[in-house]
Order: sequence, then structure tokens, then C-alpha cells
Amino acid sequence: MSKTILTVDDSRMMREMLLMVLKEAGFNVVQAEDGMDGLDALERASPDVIITDINMPKMDGYGFIEGVRRNDVYRATPILVLSTESSAEKKTRARQAGATGWIVKPFQKETLLEVIRRVCA
Amino acid sequence: MDAMDAIRATYFQECDELLSSLEEGLLALEAGEADGDTINAVFRAVHSVKGGAGAFGFEPMVEFAHVFETALDAMRSGKLEPEPDLIKVMLRASDVLADHVQAAKGEGVVDTARADAITAELVAMTAEEAAPAAPSVAPDLPVAPAADEWGFAPLKFEFDEPAAPPSGWRLVMRTTAAMYANGHDAVLFLRELSRLGEASITLVKDELPPLAEIQPETPYLTWTIELPADVAEASILDVFSFVGDDCPIELTRRGEANATAPAPAPAPVADVAAIIASVRHTDEAAPASAEKAAGGADKANAKAAPANGPTIRVDLERVDRMIDLVGELVINQAMLTQRVAESGLARSSTVAIGLDELEQLTREIQDSVMAIRAQPVKSVFQRMPRLVREIAASTGKQVRLVMEGEGTEVDKTVIERLSDPITHMLRNAIDHGLESPEERLAAGKPAEGTVRLAALHRSGRIVIEVSDDGKGINRPKVREIAVGKGLIAADASLSDEEIDNLIFLPGFSTATTVSNISGRGVGMDVVRRSIQALGGRIVISSRPGKGSMFTLSLPLTLAVLDGMVISAGDQTLVAPLTAIVETLRPTRQDVRALGPAGHVLAVRGGHVPLIDIGVALGLRAAPIDPTEGVVLLVESEGGGRAAFVADEIQGQRQVVIKSLEANYQRVDGIAAATILGDGRVALILDVEAVIERRLSERSAPLAKAS
Repeated sequence: MSKTILTVDDSRMMREMLLMVLKEAGFNVVQAEDGMDGLDALERASPDVIITDINMPKMDGYGFIEGVRRNDVYRATPILVLSTESSAEKKTRARQAGATGWIVKPFQKETLLEVIRRVCA
Repeated sequence: MDAMDAIRATYFQECDELLSSLEEGLLALEAGEADGDTINAVFRAVHSVKGGAGAFGFEPMVEFAHVFETALDAMRSGKLEPEPDLIKVMLRASDVLADHVQAAKGEGVVDTARADAITAELVAMTAEEAAPAAPSVAPDLPVAPAADEWGFAPLKFEFDEPAAPPSGWRLVMRTTAAMYANGHDAVLFLRELSRLGEASITLVKDELPPLAEIQPETPYLTWTIELPADVAEASILDVFSFVGDDCPIELTRRGEANATAPAPAPAPVADVAAIIASVRHTDEAAPASAEKAAGGADKANAKAAPANGPTIRVDLERVDRMIDLVGELVINQAMLTQRVAESGLARSSTVAIGLDELEQLTREIQDSVMAIRAQPVKSVFQRMPRLVREIAASTGKQVRLVMEGEGTEVDKTVIERLSDPITHMLRNAIDHGLESPEERLAAGKPAEGTVRLAALHRSGRIVIEVSDDGKGINRPKVREIAVGKGLIAADASLSDEEIDNLIFLPGFSTATTVSNISGRGVGMDVVRRSIQALGGRIVISSRPGKGSMFTLSLPLTLAVLDGMVISAGDQTLVAPLTAIVETLRPTRQDVRALGPAGHVLAVRGGHVPLIDIGVALGLRAAPIDPTEGVVLLVESEGGGRAAFVADEIQGQRQVVIKSLEANYQRVDGIAAATILGDGRVALILDVEAVIERRLSERSAPLAKAS
């Protein structure tokens, strides 16, 4: 059965881009527009992997990651941060919140897919 | 359109939304409504524009957005106060960003001089917060931090930093005072190097003194750059050929030994590094790989992106087709009603009652369909703050733009044609209406002038008001110019209102020299004509020393019109209901002769000129006796009144407008055509034009007399 990926990004374009790449690679994709929306979508999606942005309205990526980790079911679900930022401070914060990895936008399709396969294994 | 094009289109659409929320947020900040949410939203807007630009490889936009974002981030973290001066720079930065987006769309170019100036201002703004050299580090060059800073548990991953190539070139580049003194920018070298191949650039941080000890003119920066082995030594050295000894470099080739001796790291990390290294090797740039992906992608996938929220996107063409069909339906329904009436069926018959219901439904369908195409004027209004800023900057005037009623809805076809007249009226208000700050202060007004742009609904029309608190129309001067140009007689007696309206005459321009702001070859006469072509009207009111106001009124739609069907000669005509004040049957004593051919009608103590509509349109040679026919008392937006004499009134109905210009050609005095219930074509009167022509016929002999 194909794996499900929850993508959380406020940019419609980024969501479409992820959808295109992930669908093509055979994943199920559930989309959310911000952290709050992402937490709402969690049960519906029951994702195997989560990809989230950091800068988002309503609830940012850190809040979202913490929220996911508070849920026992998703304590160990891989969460990849996909962000244009790459500062040490932000990565540390994401790691403390419970992120699994950090990918810098713009992402390369192969890198992204390879990393997803890794964390899924 | 392939999948990538679709995503690109989404991106540009998103950019437009982001840019307008950026501007909105900045304007709110400028107005002192600074709260955390606004600052965050503004930051996010620039951030998202940058993110997408990176994905598509719009490098200049990424660089500019990065500088902008850095400044916004400083504001977000409280290091910079959102002071008005700062926000003004940011507003201009948002204009430049918009230019970048346009350029990326292929619809314009970025004024680089202007962009550079703003970049410099933004950098200067944030420079106080950062180490002096920091802003000069290009955003698109990854500065690799030490690898051991990261430990993402439980899977130790660090994805973004380029894995060190197992072999290749190692270059140490040092900055010197001489290099800066001679105008060499280190960033340019780094960028040049990164073009040679997959460059891994690391800043040597240990040479940086603490912030407090940094001397602004002392060079501290040293980078180590790793380049793939396949890059030719000569091409690396070439990069530095112009700078010579000013930028000392050490170039060494790294041995193959490094590759065979892996770093003592946990296995997974090494694995991923190898994977990434191999992936990076096969793919040079993100856009290229994305493009490749697009080639193989199922097109349906991109289109399957769910639209979030309770809206759907529909091709305008489909809506237009529906509006056309509903128009036909209305005509058909009217024909049917007329046939049934002619057949002598009783009003109480079930067929007639059914038809009444059908008529009601048809009307409702028409309203609903028109509502689909209705849009708030915001899409036009939101372009204006930038325009005002630019005009203000080029005229040296201080202007505050106040906008009201942006949510007012009007048909899309009308919206599209509002932009030019509004633009011109705003230019006019600032260029001709507002005084310079010095003049304003001398007149006891605040140095900053206010221009107000408002939209509202009034009796089935949309009204756009553009007003300023400037000096008002200089009536003696307007008069003098009009006389000088032979537009009026030297001794013509004109009311203030009539003088104000002279500026709408073709060939009139109050500016003694054609300024590059208002005078773009378009006068107010063109504005008025384009508005009239839409069935609109424009009037001006002005108070010396207090300011002027242009009021533009347009029908809410260009598709239907409430009209009064009249006959003149053997023709059936439609007069727009909005222009008709009242209808009456004059008595003999109401009609007075004025001169050899003219007649006026006495209406409640005043006199209005009588115009035989049949004669005015050339349908008959001699006017009919007004007491034999009916009179429509019409009023133009300018307050000018006239009494149209017609043979009879047939009724009042909603008609579907068919453009005469599109199907035949423009006819003076006729606004459009329509198809009536019985299938006949009827012409729709251009009330304004008929009155105007009558007035010009009257004033022409006066001008000749002088």
C-alpha cells in the first residue's frame, strides 16, 4: 500500500509542486494550509511522513511539530521541515520541537524523494 | 499547458495576492496600526514570494527579496521600529518586488538603478544590527556551518548542506582593504565561482572579532571554497584575473585519498551524504530538475490540486457565454409575452400567469448570473497607492491617499475599463490639484495633501469619486485659455460650473507646459469620452482654495439597461431610465420660442431647451409640435437639463445592450442598440451626447460672433 504524506505549506504553489512530485512518486498526498489546518488534517490523513513549512499564518511550523509530537500516535512519525531558511537557530528550534530533518527550499525532486524513502524505511 | 506551467501560473497568481497583502500590511503599518500579526503577514508575503522565486530560479528576485526579508525580519524581531520613514522605503521596496515579479512573468523590466538604490537603503537599515560585512553575503550561496552543530534525533540527518566532494579544488579566498578600496565585491567572485560547478562555500568565522570590536573598514572575511575536480584550474584563476593581488587566493587540489577515508561518522549520515552527493551530481539546478519532472508528470496531477475554501475558479469565457445566453433568454421571454398578449388571452389565464412567473424567474436568473461576474473594485484600487507614490515622488508633492468603498462590486467588464480613467483623474488631482508643500504651508494647510478615492453604489450605478484638498480650479485662467483657444467667445457669460466643465473640451489643457505626469497626450476630453462610451458620466465640482472633486458614474453592468421605449418618426428608440427625470405632456403656454428656431419649455419656474429627438437624430426634417407629442425631461450628470420631444411612449423595460460599435460603427447620439420583444432592433439614446451637441450648436455662433 502506498504511503501517505501530509504536506503543510501556506503557499498554494508549493503545495502544488509537492503534490506533483509526490503523486508522481506514488505517494498519497493530503494537504494543509497552515499549522492549525495541519493538526486538523492529522487524523484524516494518518500520514506516514509529514512535510511542513516553518513560516505560516495562524500556527507556524514549530507549533505544528510540537502539536504532532503531543499526539502519541505520531510520536515517531518522521517530520521533515521544508523551508527557505537555514539558520542554526531555526534548525535548533525545529529539532527541539521534534523535527526529523530539514530540507532547504527550493528542493530538488530526487533529494526530497530519496530522503522520504530513507525516513520511511 | 504542462504541469510546470500550471504551477508557474499558480505562483504568479499567488504573487499578486501576496504583493497586495504586502502593500496593505505596509500601509496599515504606515498608518500606525502596527501589531505583531501585520508585521508577520508582511514578512510572510515577501518570504513566500522569495521561496517560489527560488524554486523557479529567478535569481535577481531572490536576491532582492532576501534583502527585503532581512529588513522585515529585523522589524519582526523588534530590532527595527516600524517608523514612517522606514515604512516608506519598504513600500518602495514592495514596488520593486512587484517589478521583479512582472519581469519574471516576462512583462516588463526592473529599473536596476532604482532597485539598487532601495537595496542599499534596506541594507543600511539592517546594517546597524548585523556585522558590517554580513549583508554583502549573497543569499543564494549556502554558507556551510560546522557539521557537528546538528544532531537531528532519532535519524541523524542533515540534508541541505552540500556534502564535501570527495576530491576537487580547495580555494581559500581572503578579502583585503585594497580590494574594497578598488571597488571589488567579494560576493561577485563567490557567485562567479559557484557558476563553475557545485561550489561549497564556507566562511572562516574564527577570524571575525566580536561585534563591538569590528572596524567597518577592516577586512575580516575569508572563505574556503570547494569546487569539483572537473573544473579547470584556468577557469578558477580566470575569476580572479581582474583583481590581481588585491584578493589573495590559495588554490590546492585535494587528493583522492580523502574520498576513500570516510569521516568517522555514524553509518546513516555517511549513506545519506553519499546519496545526496550522487543526486546532486546528476542534477545541476533545481529548476532544471523540476522541468524534467514536469515532462514526465501526469498533467491531471497538477490540475487535481484541490482548491481550498468555498470558491471555484471558472473560465471567464463560460460566464460570458452564460450571460449572453441569459440575454437571449430575456429577449425571447419578452417576445413570448408580447405574442401571448397579442393573441388576446386574458391576463388571468393560466398561460399569462405562468408567463408572469417565467418573467420573474428570468429576471432573477439574470441578476444571479450578473452577480457571478461582479467583482469588488479593490482589484483596481489596490494599484493606485503605488501610482500615487510615484507621482508624488516625481512632482515633489506630499500626498496621502485615502481609499473608501473598495468592496463595492461592479461588473467585471466595467472594472477593466475603470483603471485608465481613475489613473488619469488621480494624476490630474496630484499634478494640477495639489499645491507644493511650501504653497500649502503658506496657505495655512498641512504640507501633506490628501487625495480621496471612493467607490459607492447610487441608484443602480457605481459612482467613483476622486477628490483633493488642493487649490481648486483656477477659473479665470481656465476661461482665459478657453478664449485663447477659441473654444468660447471672449464675452460669453458662463456659470462657474460651465467654466469648470470647459476642461473636458477637446484640445484643452491648463498646464502651460505639458508635464510628464498628466500630459501623456490624453486630456480630460479623452477621459470623458471613454467614460461616455461605457454609458457613464463625469462631472467636476470645485471650490477655489479648497479643492476639486471629480465624480464619475457608470452603469453597474454593460449588459443590461433599464430603459423607456419611445418612438420618434418611424423609429423605436430607448432612453436610459437613469437619465429621465420625468415625462410630461406640455400645454401650449409652457412652450416659448427663443430666437428664430429654438424653443424652451417652462418647467416649474425654470426653462429648459426643447430638443426634437427625431430632428436631432436626423429622422425627420422638421420638429413636431411639442404639445402633440410627449416630453421627456432629461438631466445629464453635469446638471444640464433638456426636454426631449418624442411622438409617444411605448413602455418601460429592461433591454439587453448590443454594442453598435462592435456590430456596425459608432453613431453620434446613439449609445448602443437592443432587440425588442417583437424582434425589432431599437437604438439606445446617448442622452449626454444629444444635449451636448445641442449646446455646442448654440455656442458655435457665439464664438464666431466674437
